[in-house]
Amino acid sequence: MLDLFLNALAAGVLLGGFYAAVTIGLTISFGQLDIVNIAHPAFIVLGSFCTFVLHEHLGLDPVLAGVLLTPVFFCIGVGLYSVYYASFERRGDETLRGLAFFFGIMFILEVLLIMTFGVDYRLVETAYIGQAIHIGPVGLPFRMLVPFAVAMATAGAIYLYLSKTFTGRAILAVAQDRLALQLMGADPVRTKQIAFGIGLATTAIAGSLLIMLGPVEPSLGRLYIGRVFAIVVLGGMGSIGGTIVAAIILGVVESMVATFYGPSWAPAVAFGFLLVTLAVRPAGLFGR
Amino acid sequence: MIRFSATRRWALKLGATAFAAALTLAAPLQPSSAASPQKPVKIGFSMALTGGLAGAGKAALIAMEIWRDDINKAGGLLGRPVEFVYYDDQTNPSTVPGIYTKLLTLDNVDLVVSGYATNMVAPAMPIVMSRKMVFMSLFGLAVNEKFHYPNYFQIMPAGPHPRSDWSAGFFDIGMAQTPKPATVALVGADAEFARNALDGARENANKAGLKIVYDKTYPAATADFTPIVRAIQAEAPDMVFIASYPPDSAGMVRAINEVGLKAKLLGGGMVGLQYASLLSKLGASLNGIVNYDFWVPEPTLKFEGVEEFLKKYQERAKGQGVDPLGYYLPPYAYAYLQLLGNAVNAVGSLDQQKLADYIRSHTHKTVVGDVTFAPNGEWSTPRALMVQFQGVDDSGLEQFTHAGKRVVLWPEQWKSGTLHYPYAQ
Repeated sequence: MLDLFLNALAAGVLLGGFYAAVTIGLTISFGQLDIVNIAHPAFIVLGSFCTFVLHEHLGLDPVLAGVLLTPVFFCIGVGLYSVYYASFERRGDETLRGLAFFFGIMFILEVLLIMTFGVDYRLVETAYIGQAIHIGPVGLPFRMLVPFAVAMATAGAIYLYLSKTFTGRAILAVAQDRLALQLMGADPVRTKQIAFGIGLATTAIAGSLLIMLGPVEPSLGRLYIGRVFAIVVLGGMGSIGGTIVAAIILGVVESMVATFYGPSWAPAVAFGFLLVTLAVRPAGLFGR
Repeated sequence: MIRFSATRRWALKLGATAFAAALTLAAPLQPSSAASPQKPVKIGFSMALTGGLAGAGKAALIAMEIWRDDINKAGGLLGRPVEFVYYDDQTNPSTVPGIYTKLLTLDNVDLVVSGYATNMVAPAMPIVMSRKMVFMSLFGLAVNEKFHYPNYFQIMPAGPHPRSDWSAGFFDIGMAQTPKPATVALVGADAEFARNALDGARENANKAGLKIVYDKTYPAATADFTPIVRAIQAEAPDMVFIASYPPDSAGMVRAINEVGLKAKLLGGGMVGLQYASLLSKLGASLNGIVNYDFWVPEPTLKFEGVEEFLKKYQERAKGQGVDPLGYYLPPYAYAYLQLLGNAVNAVGSLDQQKLADYIRSHTHKTVVGDVTFAPNGEWSTPRALMVQFQGVDDSGLEQFTHAGKRVVLWPEQWKSGTLHYPYAQ
């Protein structure tokens, strides 16, 4: 029983790491910039397909492919925010029309993926996928361990960037007080462009992790919409540390419920935990 | 004159693209055909061309188009050309009733067939029943057990008791071993097909006197199956019956190998372990799994016309982003139209009742063998094959085009190899 508990705990922590990887970009765009990027999971799927191409044709490791794709996705993010700003935010139309805009982007991405790759499932195979290491009674599959490590590294890098650089601190400031930021000599639009670019760049890495976990198809992103937004809210809307903690809590709750009670209850219990948390702490775990 | 900035022009173009894409999915999907002097026979259906089942749905559509072209070359139905009217159901059951209502009221199709899979077949039933249409069904598991519709005919060879016949082979194989397995774990997706398959497996397990030590479902968005596999491992079952969809099947196979699940017989109802895309990547990790299938390139399954059909399919599938082999669903997608078309020509009319009576009372030659229907519209003799992965390596897809990689263990009539038992060794 203790072995089972320890394995469920380890599996939950690793799963939480993966959830953190797919959510961290949304923590920036939704949590810090107030942009309801509902297309975030669709970009993750795009990242998966791009990873598949690089892995299949150049033999690149999925994680390396994901890292190499980040500059491309960053540029897409910068461009996308420019369009969003010019079309909606500048005129104060971002609330509903912005949501519709990203919904449209999600739809277009799915159609483009279907037109380009077809509808068949894609997955990648590497030497370490399917292997596991054992620490005492606890088994850690590399398929989950690698995403966890990559998620922590990504979160650490983003945290350091946001807290130690001028642009990073400007990103943290822009959501709170645009006018104060302008008085400090920073352009809020440019700052948001960079922030949104970073948020979208993380989807390339998240996509490479998603395709390591299992097969992907163009509409897979829809399954993750509820979960990623829930983690951002639970973490406290914009807190990188909060996102990591919330994702791991969700992963552990799901894993424990799946192991000891029944997997069909896992999402209900996890989201029930979210509701209880918000009832006690409306701003989320790390919200101010 | 209205002037737009570059950004706004770009946004307008983006909007126009979205609008065009929406129209593409919303408009009836019909290939343009040359004008014919005769009124075409219109066959209507929904098909999963986007969403989770699109991989199989698009492959089915290619097979159906091959039949349409074949029949039109041969003079059509009743001397009239055949035309399809179909819509993308987006793998969303809630779209299906609307699609069939439109097909029968606005498009005025002459015949209807189902889209792919249980979740898409069931929602169409009330609509086609209200119009008393013959309804050929493509892989709906135990759908007619709820409706008892006499004009329903299922091309999937699940058998007259589809819920339990589906997994009968898996349990028969298990109980034929010495010593007999004593315990079984049942696990599956929280969805229509999987629940039906699990109900049948439960029935078969009780019939065999097996103790069910684990019996649970998991939600659609399950990302990691390791906790589920560990929970099953903790119960130490002799047999594990899994009813899963393609992404789950891949996740299960990987988790089973990572955890080192010690079962003697494992598999049963895993959808996706027939798909080329998953076979080629999962490779050697599949060895030992015993799973259902409907056609594999084994010497016992050389039905008349099936290889000729597969050649055509494989040619058309190139570059389409669909299953390049087409062993699983396409032969049956061709066969259900072949059967319906032959019935129309034999009866000499599109009268739905005459067609239903003919289909019910005759044996039909198709590319998937001879088909005879039981009163409930299922095959009168079950032929849900149980195959075992043997000698699979990580060399890719080509190996699966040869005999010996998925040997047929059940039914006896189609058997092509012997069981490697127990699984864990």
